[in-house]
Amino acid sequence: MLFLIILILSFASGYFLPWWVVAIAAFLTAFVVGKTSGQSFWSGFSAVFIVWTVLALFKSIPNDHILAKRVATMFHLPHWIFILFVTALIGGLVGGMSALSGLLLKRAFSK
Amino acid sequence: MKFIKPLISIVITIILIYALESQFGVIPPLGAFLNPSTGFWQNAESKHILTAENLKINGLQGKVVIKYDENMVPHIFAENDHDLYYAQGFITARDRLWQMDIQTRSASGRLAEVAGPKALEIDRYHRRMGMVYGAENSLKGVMKNPFSRMMVTAYTEGVNNYIHGLAPKDYPIEFKLLNYKPEEWKPINCVFLLKLMSETLASGSDQFEMTNDLKRFGANTVNDLFPDHSFHEDPIVPVGTKWNFKPLPVPKPSATFLAQMTENIKPREKVEGIGSNNWVIGGNKTATGYPILANDPHLHLTFPSIWYQVQLSSPTVNVYGVSLPGAPCIIIGYNQKISWGVTNVDADVLDWYQVKFKDKTKNEYWYNNQWNKVKKRVEQIKILGEEPFIDTVLYTHHGPVVYEDESKKPKDGPKNIPLGDALRWIAHDESDELMCFYLLNRGGNYNDYREALKYFTAPAQNFIFASSDKDIAITPNGKFPLKFKDQGKFILDGSDPANDWQGWIPADQNPTVKNPPRGFVSSANQSPTDTTYPYYINWRFDTYDRGKRINDKLTAMQKASVDSMRLLQTDVYSMRAHDVLPTMIKYLDTSKMDDSQLMAFDLIKNWDKNFAENSPGASVFSTWWTHFYDMVWDEFKVKGTYLNLPSYDRTEKLLLTEPNSNWFNIVSTPVKETCADIVNHSFNESVDELVRKHGKPGKKWQWGTVRKSAVNHLANIPGFGSGDFAAGGTSMVIDALKGGNGPSWRMVVQMGPTVKGYGVFPGGESGNPGSFYYNNMFQTWKDGKLNELLFLKSVDENTPGLKTTLTLSSK
Repeated sequence: MLFLIILILSFASGYFLPWWVVAIAAFLTAFVVGKTSGQSFWSGFSAVFIVWTVLALFKSIPNDHILAKRVATMFHLPHWIFILFVTALIGGLVGGMSALSGLLLKRAFSK
Repeated sequence: MKFIKPLISIVITIILIYALESQFGVIPPLGAFLNPSTGFWQNAESKHILTAENLKINGLQGKVVIKYDENMVPHIFAENDHDLYYAQGFITARDRLWQMDIQTRSASGRLAEVAGPKALEIDRYHRRMGMVYGAENSLKGVMKNPFSRMMVTAYTEGVNNYIHGLAPKDYPIEFKLLNYKPEEWKPINCVFLLKLMSETLASGSDQFEMTNDLKRFGANTVNDLFPDHSFHEDPIVPVGTKWNFKPLPVPKPSATFLAQMTENIKPREKVEGIGSNNWVIGGNKTATGYPILANDPHLHLTFPSIWYQVQLSSPTVNVYGVSLPGAPCIIIGYNQKISWGVTNVDADVLDWYQVKFKDKTKNEYWYNNQWNKVKKRVEQIKILGEEPFIDTVLYTHHGPVVYEDESKKPKDGPKNIPLGDALRWIAHDESDELMCFYLLNRGGNYNDYREALKYFTAPAQNFIFASSDKDIAITPNGKFPLKFKDQGKFILDGSDPANDWQGWIPADQNPTVKNPPRGFVSSANQSPTDTTYPYYINWRFDTYDRGKRINDKLTAMQKASVDSMRLLQTDVYSMRAHDVLPTMIKYLDTSKMDDSQLMAFDLIKNWDKNFAENSPGASVFSTWWTHFYDMVWDEFKVKGTYLNLPSYDRTEKLLLTEPNSNWFNIVSTPVKETCADIVNHSFNESVDELVRKHGKPGKKWQWGTVRKSAVNHLANIPGFGSGDFAAGGTSMVIDALKGGNGPSWRMVVQMGPTVKGYGVFPGGESGNPGSFYYNNMFQTWKDGKLNELLFLKSVDENTPGLKTTLTLSSK
């Protein structure tokens, strides 16, 4: 549930809002429907990780990855897939940490 | 207490987000740069291109239709001239916005504003050279002329309208990488681009070194080693051409100059051979009976490409060619009646004047037997993350005192700028080059061409011309100061009015030739004229090598075709090797050679004198000549002073005609070396060097392997350039590819009832590294091939291969 809501919100916001809006989305969702800290973190992490991977590939596949390859070279990475992984990882960490924060705050209030 | 855990978690999250929004050194803000919604992924262009696109924008008077061909070259059709240049600005910005921004920033000394303190000295250099001062003056000239004003303001509107429509996710990738935003375009930016060309092509100066030479070796030696006319010559205007005008009186040398030149006085640098070429072969020598024009201007190559191809069409004009991103018009190109091209003249239009200040306040300077007021210009340089830097530059009537003392000059600043001297430079003057191109773009015949050239000030260019009514011509053209002979060869005394520029060579008396009997015209940066031309333009030009090769080939050519022009543009035959190699080989003593040396000797003996990619002989000769040259002029390598070395041409003369010269002696050895000694020593040294770097003579000695080439991104971003590649060519052969310098645009135009153009540049139309059209023409360029250029007669012309049509109309 938590995973699915964050996934949908990240997708929807990804087209027109600043990137860090995913943090607010994950935070609020976990605040409302989060259950355990592990579940919240991994739901937030995997939802944003997946959304960012899909959004990046959506631009990169019709591009034959020519830009991803150039950017990978710029960062001294051996293959474009690494730049995709770093992208997704950053999104995942932000999503996961935000969801975790939301859950912990909810718990603090309900205690 | 129960809030501690959530608080820690929230703080960590906020720090994480903050860190991802911050820039650390050269690493861009990673969250902003990598996220798929607004980061670099958004710059990845799809290979699927819509076949039609309509945009409604402000400021257009009518409708503009832009057809993109298979190389994504825009063909702009407008209903009036305002809309034409508006659309040129809009379209160019769409493909090249960051390049336009960074180049004008660089020219105007505003890099530190976005790059921080590390760019401060570069900015100071541009400010102190008077780039902004010059651009402000030029802009006055542009704005006085209604046509130029119309073009510049419409172009500016177009660029700005494009910028206004951008969301952060649409910014070119370099803005995201360097973490700054595009800013409003200004009319002066169009002028800055032309100033940048002046800086590249007409700001080299060796006056400082020449003055040091003079102090060290005396006038007789300097006159012998640095003659005003070369040993080998083949001038642009054929020898013997008559000058049909009455020249103005030439100013008398100043007393201070003469004193400098007597034996009593004792004791950004010039690069030889950047290498642009152009020529027109007349109708009598071509297969079609109509002239063919060829041009390949050489510059320091970068991605995004220096040039931007475009067709401009309105009721007053229909022209195809290359433009400079950031300025209206076509710079090199053709229409249905005429075609034209340029190479650099390298006239002496930059002089240094010694300034005598009254006292330490430097408020007054001595000139014309009295104290004169120094003007002060305050330059404020904004620096990212720091307080602005305020720099006061002193101006005499000559111009800015670039570095008045040691404290103003940065440690690794340009070596060739003397201290305490004022700069007189043509780029500081009011001018209106755009009008020249406005007229050329619309030109219909020889007279139109001559009229257009009057408007061109700097950087002086050899304007070559061909028309469909079979006229051919070339004119080394620009605003040339009227000088006495050798004025400005050395630093001048700034207190003496006789040293000032004494007016100008009248524009219609610039060297020119039309339809010469030999049936072709050409230029390759060499001397414009023989000694009969009544005025002084400069004392040294590029060597004759490329010019001579072009002229030899064109003389022999009959029934020439576009393809023979293409082959000549990629010719790599070394005239220098042709001239000196037999003599050098003659001096070689093979009796004491080891295995490697014998193998190298074999390579050089059998070399066909072509700097081809797979030629090991070229590597031997190139290395050998460099060592030979350095050994001959060891007298000029003196610590603590900065001297100019004699030219390659003078070195050839020494080798070929003065074998007993004292210059062959190496001063640091007890024995007295001869010419033969130096030839042998340098040969052995070069073989040693090649073996050390590339192993025994063999495949690794091939020229393309020994000498790697690369085209880098304008900001040297790894991965955004071409990467190393192997190629033939070198300086002083026609295909003068060397150290990142090379042909920035190759064009061949067959004149006739239907004009047919061919061309290519290294790179592509798009400035976006995420575009399929960023470097799609690179391979064609590297292979020495040309693309057939699409020149549409009208907007309705039905042509296969069009990629997409963009329609712009008013909101």
